[in-house]
Amino acid sequence: MTTLTERTKPIASFQNIDRSRFDDKNKERSVKKATLGLTEEVVRLISSEKREPDWMLDKRLESFRIYEEMGMPKFGPSLAKLDLNEICYYRKSDETTHATSWEEVPADIKRTFDRLGIPEAEKKVLAGVGAQYESENVYHKLHKEWEEKGVIFEDMDIAVQKYPELVKEYFMNKCVPFRDHKFAALHGAAWSGGTFLYIPKNVTIPMPLQAYFRMNASKGGQFEHTLIIIEEGAQAHYIEGCSAPQYGMSSLHAGCVEVFVKKGARFRYSSVENWSKNTYNLNTKRAIVEESAIMEWVGGNLGSGVTMLYPCSILKGDHSRADHLSVAFGGKGQYQDTGAKVIHIGKETKSNILSKSISKDGGAANYRGLVRIFPGAEHAQVSVNCDSLILDEASISCADPVMEIHEDSAEVSHEAKIGSIGEDELFYAMSRGMSEEQARAMIVQGFIEPIVKELPLEYAVELNRLIELEMEGAIG
Amino acid sequence: MPVPKKLLQIKNLQVTVDGKTILHDLSLNIEPGKVYALMGPNGSGKSTLSNTIMGHSKYHVEKGKILSRGVDITHESPDLRAQRGLFLSFQYPKSIPGVSMSNFLRAAYKAVKKKEIRVFDFNKLLKQKMEMLHIPKDFADRFVNEGFSGGEKKKAEILQALVLDPSVIIMDETDSGLDVDALKVVAAGVQQLRSPDKAVILITHYFRILQYLTPDVVYVLKHGHLVAEGGHELAKRIEKDGFDEFGKNLSDPHAAKKRALETTHTAMGIEMEEGKPESEESPFAVID
Repeated sequence: MTTLTERTKPIASFQNIDRSRFDDKNKERSVKKATLGLTEEVVRLISSEKREPDWMLDKRLESFRIYEEMGMPKFGPSLAKLDLNEICYYRKSDETTHATSWEEVPADIKRTFDRLGIPEAEKKVLAGVGAQYESENVYHKLHKEWEEKGVIFEDMDIAVQKYPELVKEYFMNKCVPFRDHKFAALHGAAWSGGTFLYIPKNVTIPMPLQAYFRMNASKGGQFEHTLIIIEEGAQAHYIEGCSAPQYGMSSLHAGCVEVFVKKGARFRYSSVENWSKNTYNLNTKRAIVEESAIMEWVGGNLGSGVTMLYPCSILKGDHSRADHLSVAFGGKGQYQDTGAKVIHIGKETKSNILSKSISKDGGAANYRGLVRIFPGAEHAQVSVNCDSLILDEASISCADPVMEIHEDSAEVSHEAKIGSIGEDELFYAMSRGMSEEQARAMIVQGFIEPIVKELPLEYAVELNRLIELEMEGAIG
Repeated sequence: MPVPKKLLQIKNLQVTVDGKTILHDLSLNIEPGKVYALMGPNGSGKSTLSNTIMGHSKYHVEKGKILSRGVDITHESPDLRAQRGLFLSFQYPKSIPGVSMSNFLRAAYKAVKKKEIRVFDFNKLLKQKMEMLHIPKDFADRFVNEGFSGGEKKKAEILQALVLDPSVIIMDETDSGLDVDALKVVAAGVQQLRSPDKAVILITHYFRILQYLTPDVVYVLKHGHLVAEGGHELAKRIEKDGFDEFGKNLSDPHAAKKRALETTHTAMGIEMEEGKPESEESPFAVID
């Protein structure tokens, strides 16, 4: 491993994706022309279909106006091939954003399910063609326990109806405002489904709350909104996504996650995203962290053709802390542009960023980061580590860690390493009987271990297995 | 199944590294039940030979053959050689961060034995072998060679050999970097591996390990040539008189310079290895 001194040039490689296996799939479906592209009419339709109160419709319309005004992002991967007018932003309840039958799901995704040993019923849920499987009972039992403690864990659409005061107060104003960027505005206008999580003061939920407990409740996985409020002194861990590939018909995923961690609270948000490779994953995730509170982001990103994702922590309160741990895998035809953003505002705040990326078969996996220390954010401590592993000469990784430090007392450390698998390491593992593929996979798994170990076991096992699958045929 | 007479044969081997010829027309026969000592001064080609036997891609066989139980493995990949029962205890084992010893060894065990083993059963096996080498329990959870002391690395190599149970064990300078107690433990470990159907090759320029493991055959290597072959008494003679008397007629363009350097280093108590940074670890390091 050598220290990264100069940036390698990024490439736009989305055109290499083999689209053919996805493209002919929805011919039979008659998606009305009117529902393609985002118009005020579509926004009104979404709101009325959901029987939303006027205040939410107003928010959507305001966001839509901002969306129309704003330009595309001026950094990162090319979005030139993303035609926003060709996207279906809402389907009526008799339609679906997913494949409608098992036969429609591409063979390679089915194969991956098999290799991961995912049970039949669960496969269908993951592919979006099945109903919720047998976890219903488990869910209800947990739900009762949570309810007794005052925890709210609901579908976002339902939360708008049931908890309007909370949603009104927190939805896309303080944390991720509509005006944040074009896709935030698009999301504000077209959002559908998602999760609402509220943990009352001083309540601790020891086991991770998992989104899949209510997976089928939100078919609109495309623009889902996640709103999480952790009250003072409360603690929780929420885990979302799935390391098995999620197959969706749409080519745009623009979700939004807003987290509020109040005084003395602690929250961990874990996610594993593996969208099918026909997808642009343009996701916004942000947390506001109050006094002495702790926010932890743990994320794995394997899928999508293009990903732009930079979870952000705003360390507003004194003594607040944020940890950002992430791993990204950029394979053939993939462009992963991921990273972290931390804004230090309070005094004696602390942030720790650890990013690991792997690129292979001509893929790109970049780190893009921003740490900003505001004047008055005295004695901030920042540690940024980004490691990239490039598995072949055709693949690319570059690091762009920006630091804006406006406070003399700040302590900042930054390290970027870039490397490949050494011939001697490979020889060592192979001399113990492992094939080259196996040896490479093992070295890669070791490389991401510091992040994978933070995930719940079943996710960690599945992620490791998936890396093995991705590594197959890695030998030139 | 009868044990073949020759576990490993090296036939007229010529090896180049980066275009430079390191081994010249080298032939060796390794028979079951025997302990071999492969001796020679620094730069004589000992490590080149061990890496070539194991199949490192950096070492090119220009001429000659390597046979394992009569099968030509000259161009086989290292994993297949390991599966045939060849094992190299590395002089400088590589670390694999993030991979625990137990996971690494279980994967190796499954590959070499070509069978599944339950985690529970494997851990039992591992624990037993670790106790044999006086290795503390938490060792199994540590990452492969990461942050290991010199002595721990050597013990870890022997541990791997005990778990994988190979038929030809090549120990490349396993005795360097060990204190007397650790050396005894390692020698006892190797003793465990000895059996009528296995062979042990000790590559060394020390004599310390030979006090604990008596070689049946001693080969002397110099400037990439096999210059002498004999029994245990040959090692004794070298211990007394050094390597100078061997291969005097061989030309080595760098010999004079190298000898001068070696003398200096020996005087300073520093050991010099082929192409390695000097004193990566002290030969007298004490293990934990």
